[in-house]
Amino acid sequence: MKYVDEFRSGELAKALVHELDGLVEPGRALKVMEVCGGHTHAIYKHGLEDLVPPEIDFVHGPGCPVCVIPMGRVDDAISLAERPEVIFATFGDMMRVPGGRGSLLEAKARGADVRMVYSPLDALELARRNPEREVIFFAIGFETTAPATAVTLLRARADGVRNFSAFCNHVTIGPPLKAILDSPGLQLDAFIAPGHVSTVVGTRPYDFIVRDYGKPVVVTAFEPIDILHATVMLVRQLREGRCEVENQYTRVVRRDGNPRALAALDETMELRDTFEWRGLGWIEASALRLRPEFAAWDAEARFELPGTRIEDPKACQCGEVLIGAIKPWECKVFGTACTPERPIGTCMVSSEGACAAYYNYGRLDTRRDRVPA
Amino acid sequence: MRPRRPKLRDELVTLAHGAGGKSTRALVEGLFLEELHNPLLAPLSDSALLDLDGSRLAFTTDSYVVKPIFFPGGDIGDLAVNGTVNDLAVSGARPLALSAGFVIEEGLAVADLRRVAASMARAAAAAGVPVATGDTKVVERGKADGVYVTTAGIGLVAPGVELGPERVAAGDRVLVSGTIGDHGTAVMVARGELELEVDLESDTAPVHELALALLALGGAVRWMRDPTRGGLATALNELAQAADVAVSLDEGALPLRPAVIGTCEILGIDPLYVASEGRLVAVVAGDAADQALAILRSHPLGADAAIVGTVRADPQGLVLLETSLGGSRVVDMLVGDPLPRIC
Repeated sequence: MKYVDEFRSGELAKALVHELDGLVEPGRALKVMEVCGGHTHAIYKHGLEDLVPPEIDFVHGPGCPVCVIPMGRVDDAISLAERPEVIFATFGDMMRVPGGRGSLLEAKARGADVRMVYSPLDALELARRNPEREVIFFAIGFETTAPATAVTLLRARADGVRNFSAFCNHVTIGPPLKAILDSPGLQLDAFIAPGHVSTVVGTRPYDFIVRDYGKPVVVTAFEPIDILHATVMLVRQLREGRCEVENQYTRVVRRDGNPRALAALDETMELRDTFEWRGLGWIEASALRLRPEFAAWDAEARFELPGTRIEDPKACQCGEVLIGAIKPWECKVFGTACTPERPIGTCMVSSEGACAAYYNYGRLDTRRDRVPA
Repeated sequence: MRPRRPKLRDELVTLAHGAGGKSTRALVEGLFLEELHNPLLAPLSDSALLDLDGSRLAFTTDSYVVKPIFFPGGDIGDLAVNGTVNDLAVSGARPLALSAGFVIEEGLAVADLRRVAASMARAAAAAGVPVATGDTKVVERGKADGVYVTTAGIGLVAPGVELGPERVAAGDRVLVSGTIGDHGTAVMVARGELELEVDLESDTAPVHELALALLALGGAVRWMRDPTRGGLATALNELAQAADVAVSLDEGALPLRPAVIGTCEILGIDPLYVASEGRLVAVVAGDAADQALAILRSHPLGADAAIVGTVRADPQGLVLLETSLGGSRVVDMLVGDPLPRIC
């Protein structure tokens, strides 16, 4: 495929791995957190852990937007979806995420009108085509997907579409990283920072990681060559005693991000005081809600929500997986009680979740505890 | 480690049970096989093999609910004929006759139904097999999506043809007869929900000539399957588990159209799980692989055939992919993603 093949070249990979071999100190383990689920997915899909020197340990971070949605919010979504007048539009990944009382897929089987969409604009189109129904879009994701929701809201207002609203669960990338860096006993050496979200927010939101915590950061694209290249850049920083935010994804990411996307976000959304994260708990100023001016398109303002908070299941160690304290397969229920077809924790649901990536793509040595289906 | 029979623990049927992956397996084995258990059904192969005074009759059925009913490269009519012809073909059978049942939604244009029937007739003629019996039912508007078709077929297995997972052994090679994932991708695009402009046709076609040509290699042909719902990955996972072997795929050898790679990339779908409707996957003895490849490639439907993998003894029950970069990963059974109806 044009424009992608060169980022999957076996020759380039070999050269980068050779460079890495020369850079790592034999026997000194380096824990590199890839923040974004897209990176986790790519690392497994392309078998990168087989290629890098054994000293390099990829730790999978909290950047899977599906995985961080707490069960209570899923129940809120289901209660919205079960209203008879509602068409509930969601990304496919959210369909199987378990709440306290099942998933959206199960709600759909019970009769709720749940539709899978690929973009919030598709949901707006659904609203136009079904003027007698209320279309609610399940808005999830970091600043990557939030601008699309923002643009959709702006268009709904401009066109006077009144039967459309968003159930906003957008989150921001900085606060959970800080939460992870503040967690006791954390042993991370460097960060592979997310690429897509940085196209919007730029590279400045990561400055505090170098400044306050002394950990190198490389903003990274999603092809296997990109990830290997970023790993080389990080190890080189460590070897040379530098600590900087570097940008590997220069073909797209700018230092100041995308001003138009940020402006659309700012026009439609504002920070919440606090928001609950799956596995990480309540984090201040870590999520977005619609501004009061958009109350007419805000599902939280327009519909009654149960708002019940549900604790993460005790057996589930998603929280420890999300901060990189344990590997997915070290979780007590991984592959036994918790599998992609019957997930307990959200990390097992999305293809970007660390647990699902391990389960679906995992190497054999991580499968030793696995019970076949 | 030998897989246990999956249990059906769900209270309601969801779309995941129809996606061809683990949930489908749980539905089939944990409900239907449990209730209907009998020796003919138990192998859950593409066709049941009935012994009739020394002749072996292959017997199979399949339902088609594809949406839209017309798509680039085919429609529900030729799909329903080819699918059942192919289930017979990969069982080593020469197709003899088909049945067709139609569940028709009130309001369907007669012209559309005629178009479907004509397309079935053409496909049946091309495969040299008559639609010998049929049935029609009409249901109220909204109770079916245009038309659903169920076909069944019988075929004759020639003496000496022995196929099955138990015949597969380490060292055997895996071949596919052409590009994979064309049908599923073409139908997803044809649904028009993605606003993608992709030049791609379904591969729907009868593979019985390819299968019969391969069978000339005799006992060197171990096992065949048509990689429909769940794609190549699912077919090979079922083989790995039934045969207690590992299957190692070579990513660089997989025949994939650029349009399929690109579309799947955009949708976040792995083409290994996407259906083909005119391909066969065959496992042959290692020393017969080149000959089998030549046989497939000499047929117009097999022009893009390739040797894509190798059977290994370990790790039992798993499919592995050696990536183009030199890494490896497990290719698991599909976990019921709510993919649209494509067959």
